[in-house]
Amino acid sequence: MKHSPSRKMAVLFARFAVMGKKYGVEWWILVVGAAIITGVVLMAVFSTAIAPFDPYDQNAGPQLSPPSRTHLMGTDNLQRDVFSRIVYGSRTILGVAVLAAILSSVVGITFGLISGFAGGFFDKILSLVMDSIYSFPGLILAIAFAAMLEPGILSITVAVAVIYIPTYFRLVRGQTLQIKEELYVEAARAIGASGRRILWQYIFPNVIATTVVVFTMNVGDAIMIEAALTYLGLGLPPSIVDWGMDLSMGRRFLPSGVWWLITFPGAMISILAIGFTMLGEGLAEILNPRLLEK
Amino acid sequence: MTTADTILALKDLKVHFPIHIGTVRAVESVSLEIRQGEVMGLVGESGCGKSTLGFSILRLLRTPGIIAAGEIVYHGRDIVQMGRRELLSLRGKRIGMIFQDPLTSLNPLFRVGDQFVETIRTHEKQVSRKRALERSESILARLGIAADRLYEYPHQMSGGMRQRIMIGMALVLNPDFLIADEPTTSLDVIVEAQFLDLLNELRAEFNLTILLISHNLGIVAQMADRITVMYGGRIVETGPAETVFADPLHPYTQGLLASIPNIKLDQPALHTMPGAPPDLVNPPGGCVFHPRCPRATDICRRSIPGLTDEKGRWTACWLHAPRD
Repeated sequence: MKHSPSRKMAVLFARFAVMGKKYGVEWWILVVGAAIITGVVLMAVFSTAIAPFDPYDQNAGPQLSPPSRTHLMGTDNLQRDVFSRIVYGSRTILGVAVLAAILSSVVGITFGLISGFAGGFFDKILSLVMDSIYSFPGLILAIAFAAMLEPGILSITVAVAVIYIPTYFRLVRGQTLQIKEELYVEAARAIGASGRRILWQYIFPNVIATTVVVFTMNVGDAIMIEAALTYLGLGLPPSIVDWGMDLSMGRRFLPSGVWWLITFPGAMISILAIGFTMLGEGLAEILNPRLLEK
Repeated sequence: MTTADTILALKDLKVHFPIHIGTVRAVESVSLEIRQGEVMGLVGESGCGKSTLGFSILRLLRTPGIIAAGEIVYHGRDIVQMGRRELLSLRGKRIGMIFQDPLTSLNPLFRVGDQFVETIRTHEKQVSRKRALERSESILARLGIAADRLYEYPHQMSGGMRQRIMIGMALVLNPDFLIADEPTTSLDVIVEAQFLDLLNELRAEFNLTILLISHNLGIVAQMADRITVMYGGRIVETGPAETVFADPLHPYTQGLLASIPNIKLDQPALHTMPGAPPDLVNPPGGCVFHPRCPRATDICRRSIPGLTDEKGRWTACWLHAPRD
């Protein structure tokens, strides 16, 4: 009894309840967000086991059949199983969004650190470039990049990543400017630490915490951008299973009453984006020490 | 005036900060010698250039500060001419520095022990982490801090303890010269007294030469062997501590000493010096102190007095200069 799963679950819920009391509704927002993300991540990892059909199988069932027991989300005009395509499609959207956020954070944080630390002409030029990228509406910029690059996973990732680089850059540069004036950085200089050492050992660890929240929010946003791009037919070749592309294909059949082709991909995109936004929002509130004082 | 036991000599040092409205002459033509084993007290009011002088010794001036002219000779080597590598090996290893505010001088994200290890391994890369921690422990023991404090974060310690940690970090590499920039400003008087006692003990033990920068004449009187008084970026007087306190030559030093409240005298009001420190972008012509000097004469407005020798004491004042 002591180690039964139900007891473990009870302990887990008790802990959650304690956290919930401590942080209030923000905690539950975080938990729900994390649960959604976990669900989709599991779906992506175990696609082969979950999906009843091959997502490319053009003989999975009758054409355009509504949701049924064999086809949980129906089939499309090419006789493919929508549920299987949703399951496999999670890999694409999750992979692209997370990779894009990682790529943009690595580039943005690195440049932000160096620019803020070095200052001078380099900083001025880089800030100007970043501000001009920032001034574009994100989707327009992503469309421009996706149109320029050969369709593929890597190019759509780059197209999505580009629009978030300035966010990290500006955040990290500002923090760096502030932290490099701290006395412990001065003290590090006085013990003979080199510039590179100061940047990575003293400034970087103090800057990185603030980017965590931005990161999760960005993944949420990147999901929307990725779906928007593929919905427009940009960025990915049709041979890849993707929610945005399925949504755009299903749109044509809506007038004839085929609702399942757009409802399921559309709902999944929204749910996943909301999951990341909730996680980010919850983290932002919980990591903010000022809120604990109330 | 260089003698054999001079450890650090500033020669006609000028530190300038070019800013949009002109050039701030923070340190102007300062020549100073610090002898092996002594405590040199550097005093003056806020903005007189004393901290800038301290920072310039390690070439740690904030932008846009530059050493415009002069030499800083340490053990026969000119720090102003040193390359980056030599400079990095000088900082911390040969010359230590402690700062005004111990509360923010430690990196808040790392345990104190890790910061000690970092300090040691910056200079001695071959030292193992274990060995570095042992060395840190032994120096903390000397400072009266338990070894398990090494595994704590800075915020878990009091201000006095953090300042002792700072001095521990400054001394762990065995420098022979220590720059203490207002080391007790943020400590209360009790902790301040304990800290100064400790500094005095360490000085003998580690064979330290100390440049003690402070606006607090009481601290300087307690610690210093010799005193240098700065005003408006220039040295106005330097000499043995007792004689400067007993018989100040420069009117500024006299005014400064008269401003210390004396508990034994029944003073109706605190003595103050009229006026404010000079604008260092456009310093007054002649002696920088003349607008506030009660004994200013014509020559003070016209030309700058040089440092003149008055029986082992140096002062920059026309009252004591040989006229020609």
